[in-house]
Amino acid sequence: MSAATTLNWAAAPRGNAAVRFESREATRETPWVKWTILGISLTFFAVFLLLPLVAVFVEALRKGWETYWSALIHEDALSAIMLTLTAAAISVPLNLVFGVCAAWAIAKFEFRGKHLLITLIDLPFSVSPVIAGLIYVLIFGAQGWLGPWVAEHDVKIIFAVPGIVLATVFVTFPFVARELIPLMQAQGREEEEAAIVLGANGWQTFWYVTLPNIKWGLLYGVILCNARAMGEFGAVSVVSGHIRGQTNTLPLHVEILYNEYQFAAAFAVASLLALLALVTLAIKTWVEHRACSAPPSREPRQDAAS
Amino acid sequence: MTISLIRPSLLALALTAGLIGSAQAETTLLNVSYDPTRELYQAFNPEFAKHWKAKTGQDVTIKQSHGGSGKQARAVIDGLEADVVTLALAYDIDVISAKTNKFPANWQKRLSHNSSPYTSTIVFLVRKGNPKGIKDWGDLVKPGVEVITPNPKTSGGARWNYLAAWGYALQQPGGNEAKAKEFVTELFKHVPVLDSGARGATNTFVQRGIGDVLLAWENEAFLSVNELGPDKFEIVVPSVSILAEPPVTVVDGVAAKRGTADVAKAYVEYLYSPVGQKIAAQHYYRPVKPELADAKDVARFPKLKTFTIDGLFGGWAKTQKAHFDDGGVFDQIFTR
Repeated sequence: MSAATTLNWAAAPRGNAAVRFESREATRETPWVKWTILGISLTFFAVFLLLPLVAVFVEALRKGWETYWSALIHEDALSAIMLTLTAAAISVPLNLVFGVCAAWAIAKFEFRGKHLLITLIDLPFSVSPVIAGLIYVLIFGAQGWLGPWVAEHDVKIIFAVPGIVLATVFVTFPFVARELIPLMQAQGREEEEAAIVLGANGWQTFWYVTLPNIKWGLLYGVILCNARAMGEFGAVSVVSGHIRGQTNTLPLHVEILYNEYQFAAAFAVASLLALLALVTLAIKTWVEHRACSAPPSREPRQDAAS
Repeated sequence: MTISLIRPSLLALALTAGLIGSAQAETTLLNVSYDPTRELYQAFNPEFAKHWKAKTGQDVTIKQSHGGSGKQARAVIDGLEADVVTLALAYDIDVISAKTNKFPANWQKRLSHNSSPYTSTIVFLVRKGNPKGIKDWGDLVKPGVEVITPNPKTSGGARWNYLAAWGYALQQPGGNEAKAKEFVTELFKHVPVLDSGARGATNTFVQRGIGDVLLAWENEAFLSVNELGPDKFEIVVPSVSILAEPPVTVVDGVAAKRGTADVAKAYVEYLYSPVGQKIAAQHYYRPVKPELADAKDVARFPKLKTFTIDGLFGGWAKTQKAHFDDGGVFDQIFTR
């Protein structure tokens, strides 16, 4: 999963390779092959991606703008929006700090258990979100390992905001780290070594050398992390307790509305999530564009001539 | 960039703290309930808040949580801080009592009518015109009939469905346990999907258009017909069904800790008041004191013969163990 979303920063073929491919006799396809392949992919795209997206907005506006708007400004919807933003606002910075630390450690140093750490970072990708939620119920639930301690100190973890944040942190754990590790490994450590030799301290090295090199990759990871944090359903559903106006995130609120036969309202809230996803995609595309047009400084600008 | 990301997160933390702080300032009750009572409590809660304000001058906000009855009981056992539980059947509340010791085992004696302010029964919802000609339980096992019912392991309503079918077979001429088991086994061969809760099953039948007949709470069947169009569905009342008693109780341990014991007690008692009984009848629950509800609402309920879980099955504890626990009758008949 992460491999597919990872940008190939170092070796991105800039210039016009596709045009070259087309212009050569040996690599050119006959028109019917070209158009068939294009047709299949576009049809697939329309049916499986575009149609559902359009359907969400059509269903949301079926009963008019007024219903749409009142669904979004309903007290429970607002509190769901607030909770979703809160969970994202806490889990994304946490994963940002962790991701940079982990990627730094893995890319710049050799140590025992490095491969184990890389494998463990991927755990949230391979574990079903339901299990991720259940883990916290088993640890912090009233019958769980820390249940008596939790009850004694009167802290609420599951079926409250902290549980939702914990579950969100867990499922979004790998995004930033996974994005940075290949990038930082590809960049190597020569620049940092040079900075140290020139008298920079550790913090200066990080701030003036490492961070500028990884900033686009970092931003990309943060965007993906944020998208998942806002959209997570399974893990959060297990630890939420479904108290409306209190522990319902946006995706859970959609489910509740749907189950209450309020279809227009359910799709209205769903359209808000879809909108968030579209904005995320737009920012992501912009970041990719910026990252490719501003290559890391150490790369020689050889393709200007070609 | 790092700094600009930290700042909103601090803001969010402060906001969260503010939210938690302000939530504790007013009195709140959490009512953990089962699936189909959503609309009922949505109507009842503001009425109770009004009543409590008039009586004591105190503001109270009631928060709701809904889901399959068994699942909700599990959440309360795992620490969901419910002041009040209003579940689909007594057994789920028994389990909470046994596992948490937060209220006495004889909780069902604390309020009248087995602590059930409203009752319901199990009826059939069929597609308009009743194309498969379903009239009674026996018709459900005819060839080509698909029956929708949720999973008795997780859904309270489904356990009532299952027991209603069992009770019907038991009461037929020459009926006995073996014949009842045979009938219910055959019935579950006609079930294409097992949803985890009553509302999920209703959506499967109504929205996804799967199946010929939905075994449903009477209130859920009425609601489906009214919400989704009388031109699409109709209700079929079988010759005999089960009297379903969804009970309510205060979770003493939680209410004492949160200082809500009085208001929680008043809340469940208010369900028996004229206002509570009227609202129950409006939402198609059979009020236990029908004389307090509107006559026109009460008149909507069809008359049918019912049997009770205590009368026919010897109570929930015994039934749960024999039928729904691991290795019970349901596990034996539902192996594919």
